[in-house]
Amino acid sequence: MSESAIAITDIWKFFGEYPAIRGVTLDIPTGRIVALLGRNGAGKTTLLRMIAGLLPPSRGHITFGGVSGDPQLHAASIGMVGHGQWLYEDLTARENLNFFASLYDVESAEEKINHWLEQVELWTFRDSRVNQFSRGMRQRLTIVRALLHAPPILLLDEPWTSLDDRAMDLLSGLLQRAHTEENHTVLVSSHQLRETLQIATHLAVIDRGKLIFEGPNRDEFRDSPHNFYQRIT
Amino acid sequence: MSRFLKQAWTIAAKDLRTELRNKEAISAALSFTLVVILLFSFAFDPVSNPDIRDLSGGLLWIAYLFSGVLLLNRSFARESSNDCIEALVASPVSGGALFIGKSVSSFLLLLLLELASLPLFGVFYSMDWARDFPMLLLVLVLGSWGFTVIGTLFSAVTVNNRLRELMLPLLVFPMTLPVLIACVQLTTVILLGDPMWDSIAWLKLLFGFDIIFTLVGAILLEIVLLA
Repeated sequence: MSESAIAITDIWKFFGEYPAIRGVTLDIPTGRIVALLGRNGAGKTTLLRMIAGLLPPSRGHITFGGVSGDPQLHAASIGMVGHGQWLYEDLTARENLNFFASLYDVESAEEKINHWLEQVELWTFRDSRVNQFSRGMRQRLTIVRALLHAPPILLLDEPWTSLDDRAMDLLSGLLQRAHTEENHTVLVSSHQLRETLQIATHLAVIDRGKLIFEGPNRDEFRDSPHNFYQRIT
Repeated sequence: MSRFLKQAWTIAAKDLRTELRNKEAISAALSFTLVVILLFSFAFDPVSNPDIRDLSGGLLWIAYLFSGVLLLNRSFARESSNDCIEALVASPVSGGALFIGKSVSSFLLLLLLELASLPLFGVFYSMDWARDFPMLLLVLVLGSWGFTVIGTLFSAVTVNNRLRELMLPLLVFPMTLPVLIACVQLTTVILLGDPMWDSIAWLKLLFGFDIIFTLVGAILLEIVLLA
């Protein structure tokens, strides 16, 4: 079995008295694309935020690559697309990416930024301010921001939001390439079942804070994602 | 260390670029400073009443204090749009580098505002502010840094508070009282051309305050942001 990229052990998160995450244990080996599924309020975002180091767990622990510790110590190995876009409105696309490249110590940053802007078809808008971008353009830039430092772990929370069909295909292609060529580990939460199940190698389903299903993705799930989802939840 | 400084400067440069581009805080703060200086000069008429010049340090720092709060309110509020604060927390930037970066940008803006207002102050109060400019600059630098580090820390504390514009001065003013008293004393002495020897203790206080609260802020910021 390959080494764990992320190992979550009996993790709990309380908001006041309410347990948003209840004893989740999940081992994600390196190189998997895991779809994190669940209804609204099931705890997917909370779990992703704890892995990213944005929320401290109330109980339990998360280890990265077999090494225990504060997830913030592993910040450089994580790229995240969250609900917020994490972009500065008054900076241009290129200035935003340069800022994050500098924080993450990205080598040959200018070259990589140009490459990624071309990949997501934002090259023409490289010197436009983000406050002039449409929602879909912002989402594409957000994805570049998360991928720029080539993180071995990608945490994606609703990455397909606001993307048109062409951009959705583009993102799916990027994630599959990150998986097959770079052996990156991807944990993706989404309500876009068809797109998510198309790229996922494994599935994890959360219901009211509990992990209720974990296993490899299968063609039958891909063929009828809603039947699978209905059955599980 | 160089990585720490590079990250701190990256954050400061980003803040300065953003502020100089949209001029949200600096224009309000500069206008406020100039209006206060102008109003006080008409209220006290320092040209006809030279004794009023004894108050010059206090008048100047009142203007800087309130303008500084306007600048500091934007320090972390700038990060709340698009949840950018989370990007910083999730990045490999240490709380210390983030704190220093934020403090440097606010400090430079405040210092710029102070230097821009001095000529006007000299005209309206008929004072030779350039007489001992290196010493005045030292007091402005030390005082502004002390005020900025406290303000940056509390700007992070109040960033998610709906009443942050109200909360920030309530938290910052009492904490920065030692800095303000020292700055008022020193500035008055310098502007009046009095000997500095009796005021060395205030200068030491400023140095000590700046060092202690820079360290405290750098240590506490990460805890504040994750709380």
